[in-house]
Amino acid sequence: MLNETLSSLSYFGIFLTGAVYVLAVWLQKKTRLSILNPLLVSCVAIMILLLVTGIDYSVYQYGKLNADGSHDGTGAVFFQNLLTPTTVCLAIPLYEKLSYLKKYPLAIFGGILSGTAACLTSILGLSVAFNLTHEQYVTLLPKSITTAIGMGVSEELGGLVSVTIASIIVTGIFGNVTAGWILRLFRINHPVAMGLACGTAAHAMGTSRARDFGSIQEAMSGLSIAVCGLLTVVLASVFAMIQW
Amino acid sequence: MKHLREITIIAAVSFAGELLHRLIPLPIPGSIYGLVLMLLLLMTHIVKVEQVKSTGDWLITLMPIMFVGPTVGLIDSYESYKDFILPILVIIVVTTVLTMAVTGLVSQRLIKFEEKKEEHRDAE
Repeated sequence: MLNETLSSLSYFGIFLTGAVYVLAVWLQKKTRLSILNPLLVSCVAIMILLLVTGIDYSVYQYGKLNADGSHDGTGAVFFQNLLTPTTVCLAIPLYEKLSYLKKYPLAIFGGILSGTAACLTSILGLSVAFNLTHEQYVTLLPKSITTAIGMGVSEELGGLVSVTIASIIVTGIFGNVTAGWILRLFRINHPVAMGLACGTAAHAMGTSRARDFGSIQEAMSGLSIAVCGLLTVVLASVFAMIQW
Repeated sequence: MKHLREITIIAAVSFAGELLHRLIPLPIPGSIYGLVLMLLLLMTHIVKVEQVKSTGDWLITLMPIMFVGPTVGLIDSYESYKDFILPILVIIVVTTVLTMAVTGLVSQRLIKFEEKKEEHRDAE
């Protein structure tokens, strides 16, 4: 009943996403608890809401159901469609902090390269330890890079693309929520190093957290998304050749 | 008009990125071509930073909300990962912490090394 009504109406998903996110930001400001990360709280709240009320994900995500079975696009996907232009705009903070790239080229590329290599090696080690199939292993290889590149890598290597997407998202959420603690734990406090760590480990979701730490962190994290993504394209194809 | 002009520039670069993705047979998405292209345009001053900054900053502020839709979609794709959900979670937690620590510590060490080299050169 509820589902039928909502699937005949436009803008439900946009409204729900915006309203829940604004509330989640308010909740964190009020409580000052970093575990109440607005992205995490919004996702969990909306998942529960959809599961409890039985509203279809497709109606929430893609909007009103048209007569021909397509959706009108006025759901949460409206925000998702802004992701490519937003990634393009990450060039702006990077441009403004270009002097750091010129000052520490070795540290920046060395850091991202070691992080990417550590990521792929540890995925290999744990996949062997858990006795995963080769298909499951290559599915997880691109888990730390931006979704758009990760999907392509997974497809190329013969992984399960939908699981790759899920693992990229969970990695992003986890990195976004825990970045502050991890950086403090390992005493990573140089703004350039903080940004590189966030972007290399948790792509764009890490970058939106790096923004909270400062503008240098944001710029370096944005740079890491691109560099780590490109390095993973090359390195993952080498790692995929390993069999056990 | 200022915002319309900014949106148009950002959309043009995004479109050019998608076009490059179509033309070049590599698994690199249009957004990354677009990021590099935008950086080149800013560095060459073909696009001035003031011509994209206010819309760009606004979009970056909104970025987390763009992930809500696909994340909520995890409830729909449950079937595809339910068979190895525990190993996935362990791998994600361990490798994300490790990647963040290694990247941060290695770059921090190298920054100190580069700064020392710089000081050394200044002293000579």
